[in-house]
Amino acid sequence: MDEKKLAIIATKGTLDWAYPPFILASTAAALGYETQIFFTFYGLQLVRKDTSGLKVSPLGNPGMPMKMPFGPKWFRDINWNMPNAIQSIVPGYESLATVLMKQTIKNNGVATIPELRDLCREADVKFIACQMTVELFGFEHSDFIDGLEYGGAATFFEFAGESDICLFI
Amino acid sequence: MNFNKELDARGLNCPLPILRTKKTLNEMGSGEVLKIIATDPGSVKDFAAFAKQTGNELLSSAEGGGEYTFLIKKK
Repeated sequence: MDEKKLAIIATKGTLDWAYPPFILASTAAALGYETQIFFTFYGLQLVRKDTSGLKVSPLGNPGMPMKMPFGPKWFRDINWNMPNAIQSIVPGYESLATVLMKQTIKNNGVATIPELRDLCREADVKFIACQMTVELFGFEHSDFIDGLEYGGAATFFEFAGESDICLFI
Repeated sequence: MNFNKELDARGLNCPLPILRTKKTLNEMGSGEVLKIIATDPGSVKDFAAFAKQTGNELLSSAEGGGEYTFLIKKK
């Protein structure tokens, strides 16, 4: 049986959207898929050396439950969703939401992004960064983790054209 | 049932139990049996799917006291 192939385009640069590409890529690799992720636009944030800039925003995100990751059960069950107008004027609201989300992630035994990213690398998932957006956003290659390859749309299609599954995230 | 190695995946959530299992199987020989203990309810379907796709045989899948125990024989 030929090795199956999975091609992913990662375009989002927030903590919550960092999960799907790395979870799917690492799992596919464990199942024997040859896997590539093409990081473009905000997705470049996922391959920076420093991932502390990855945040989650409850603003304009009605699907996100706002629950406390500590305290007694009745307290944890309260949903703290607030109107957008209030969220937008409270300084540090996004940073606070991110701290709480990271604690929730830890409480649930969910891996961190650097951990999942390392697991992908160990499993030989190939990472390609879009050179055009690197320049567009004023990044340097030194901002990114080692071992990245840099290329454009044609590079992506070279692998994606042969893939069994292709995902845009 | 006999097993050659045991993996404690308790408290870990998707996809970590599968990734740790794959890593541990890599260090084992063909025909050896790995026992995995997990607490993620999603792992029941996931381990069956993992076995089916990788060709490693799922010898047993059991549940008890909020824990799930799997025995996988390496291909």
